[in-house]
Amino acid sequence: MSGDFVNLMADLKEEELLALTKKRLEAKEDPQKILDDNTKAMAIVGKRFAGGEYFLPELVFSGELLKQVMALVTPHLKQSSAKAKKIGKVVIGTVAGDIHDIGLNIVEFMLDVNGYDVTSLGVDVPVEKFVQAMKDTKSPVLGLSGFLTPAFDAMKETVEALEKAGLRKDIKIMIGGGQMDDEVRKYAKADAFGKDAMAAVSLANKWFGVK
Amino acid sequence: MEKTWAELSPSQKREERFKRWLSPPGVTFTSPQAEKLYKERVTRFIKAFTLQKPDRVPCILPSMGLYAASYAGTNLATVMYDFDEMKRAWRKVLHEFDADTYVPPVLVPPGPSLEAIDYKLYKWPGHGLSKNTLSYQAVESEWMKPDEYDALIRDPSDFWLRTYLPRVFGAFKAFTQLQPWTTFEEIPGATFIPFGNPEVQAGFNAIMKAGTESLKWIAAVGEVAGEAMAMGFPGVMSALAKAPFDTLGDTLRGTQGIMMDMFQRPEKVHAAMERIAPIAINTAIASVNNAAAPIVMMPLHKGADSFMSIKQYETFYWPTFKKVVMAFVNEGITPVLFAEGSYNNRLDIIGDFPKGTVAWYFDQTDIFKAKEKIGDKCCIMGNVPTSLVMTGTPQQVKEHCRKLIEVCGKGGGYVLSGGASVDEGNPENMRAMMAAVREYGVYK
Ligand code: B12
Repeated sequence: MSGDFVNLMADLKEEELLALTKKRLEAKEDPQKILDDNTKAMAIVGKRFAGGEYFLPELVFSGELLKQVMALVTPHLKQSSAKAKKIGKVVIGTVAGDIHDIGLNIVEFMLDVNGYDVTSLGVDVPVEKFVQAMKDTKSPVLGLSGFLTPAFDAMKETVEALEKAGLRKDIKIMIGGGQMDDEVRKYAKADAFGKDAMAAVSLANKWFGVK
Repeated sequence: MEKTWAELSPSQKREERFKRWLSPPGVTFTSPQAEKLYKERVTRFIKAFTLQKPDRVPCILPSMGLYAASYAGTNLATVMYDFDEMKRAWRKVLHEFDADTYVPPVLVPPGPSLEAIDYKLYKWPGHGLSKNTLSYQAVESEWMKPDEYDALIRDPSDFWLRTYLPRVFGAFKAFTQLQPWTTFEEIPGATFIPFGNPEVQAGFNAIMKAGTESLKWIAAVGEVAGEAMAMGFPGVMSALAKAPFDTLGDTLRGTQGIMMDMFQRPEKVHAAMERIAPIAINTAIASVNNAAAPIVMMPLHKGADSFMSIKQYETFYWPTFKKVVMAFVNEGITPVLFAEGSYNNRLDIIGDFPKGTVAWYFDQTDIFKAKEKIGDKCCIMGNVPTSLVMTGTPQQVKEHCRKLIEVCGKGGGYVLSGGASVDEGNPENMRAMMAAVREYGVYK
């Protein structure tokens, strides 16, 4: 039943997936197993996205399926059992003045299914909030997203603020999104530019020493 | 006997429209020299659009949107309300860039009108955005609910008036209480009643106010536009149109919504796009008929490489988009198709238009590949990277343009332009683009 579940979810079969979820819950299966299957299915979705088989619509829809399954499972959960071990922490956000979040959400999704503990600060994030989040999480990796030309300066200011706060030397900063490229990376004094969400994962892997 | 408009073939219609663009009715040029330059500039664009070799590569500067505000030392918040300042800023650009074309301040929306109707689809400086923001911003949201497709498909005007507008015009909130206007039949009585509601009346007053304010605005815009024409600077776009998928995905359902609908109610998405297509077509043709340049600009959003697979593109995006484009082509209008983001995976299909009838304007697509794949059928435009225009030196910009001109300009059918527009930045980088077409873009 578990193998079917993973495939139904990864193949985005809404009705059959929800029917099977109900069946598993009625059969008093441990809901934690369903959660584990969710994770497996999402990892497959992530692989298919990376492989160019899935695109944004599939990511959005898989997110919706996950939400629906969780709505069914949550009432059956006792206490949240031990969380899966993560590789490390990554903070991401779209810089001040910019509200594009479609790319940011994909980056979050891909980092998550590839084993990272991701804190997304959302969009239009003021410089101080980035600084605070880097202090609070002690995350060694920061991802800045931006789609607009005014975001060039916002990125630069964010990097400078981290420098001022004395945090810069301990952090690797990657940038990406819309009008960004390596020119902007130089301009903003970030460490790397990534052209898509897979690049965000490989950069994180490189910095965390994951092979 | 002369043929009526309807009897002309698409290419005859195109000829007629180009002729009108070359000799726009009602324009008095400031000098014979201005008239000569006007005709030269228009001819340059016509030849590039129709895949011929002009005297040299034409150029559209990326500073043609809202750039004038920052260039003149003012800002959008000011010019949206102070139309004298708006005129001053736009005149400065008109006089200080020796460009091939000019865009009057039509893209500056009238602040008082937006305020009058309490517009919610956009935020603008001082209204949801800080005063010194350079641009206004669309607010993406689920303005149409998933169960409202049938209402949209049944009667778009009624859906707009009683469902959609009350959400995006705060002043129309009470319009949800109106009946469809088709309930006026025979000798009406009760049908008038909702119009007695003070909140409904306030809505009508608000849009009347918006109308009054917009008349002041268009007078100012028209003044600058008229001056530009008289000085010999042609416009290159007379209307905007969207792909039906984008109308649904940007304006009505939002990205998240439309992507869910592709799985959960694909047949409704298709039916709605079929319904939207003729609306997009008729609106744009009406605008073009009122203007000189027979060009429609189509900014394309949610069909880009990163939004969907090629299969999804062919199923959901392309059919109704192509229908809209072909309607323009058949009316003799040249659509400029602005592929925002990248279209690298679409190059095998997007050249499928009659030769020399459409222009593809690329943002981040590999434009050399595009030249190779569709350059023999479509004019191509683009794509000096915005990052270079913003952070590079004039020398770097000019050098990049040289490469573009050498490869894409080969044989004609190319317009040099930026990847996207910029709202601020070094004016010398714009001038470097003009210098590049003059120095490297001349056809022998
Ligand atoms: C959708 C969209 C919108 C939506 C955004 C909805 C949302 N919730 O995000 C709305 C309608 C709200 C919008 C508004 C505006 N937009 Co807009 N928008 C776009 C559009 C069409 C697509 C962007 C997108 O989401 N792509 C989808 C993603 C998935 O694709 P992607 O970029 O390949 O994604 C990958 C990479 O970016 C990377 N990545 C992203 N972040 C990061 C971070 C890191 C660390 C790494 C490594 C990688 C990475 O990974 C992603 C996944 O693989 C682009 C044009 C385009 N096609 O690029 C314009 C575009 C970005 N917008 C533009 C503009 C001008 C605006 C507005 C000012 C327009 C207006 N007048 O309203 C406002 C500004 C709002 C603001 N303050 O941010 C311009 C910017 C031009 C410029 N000079 O700055 C663009 C380029 C359009 C254009 N060509 O003119 N927009």
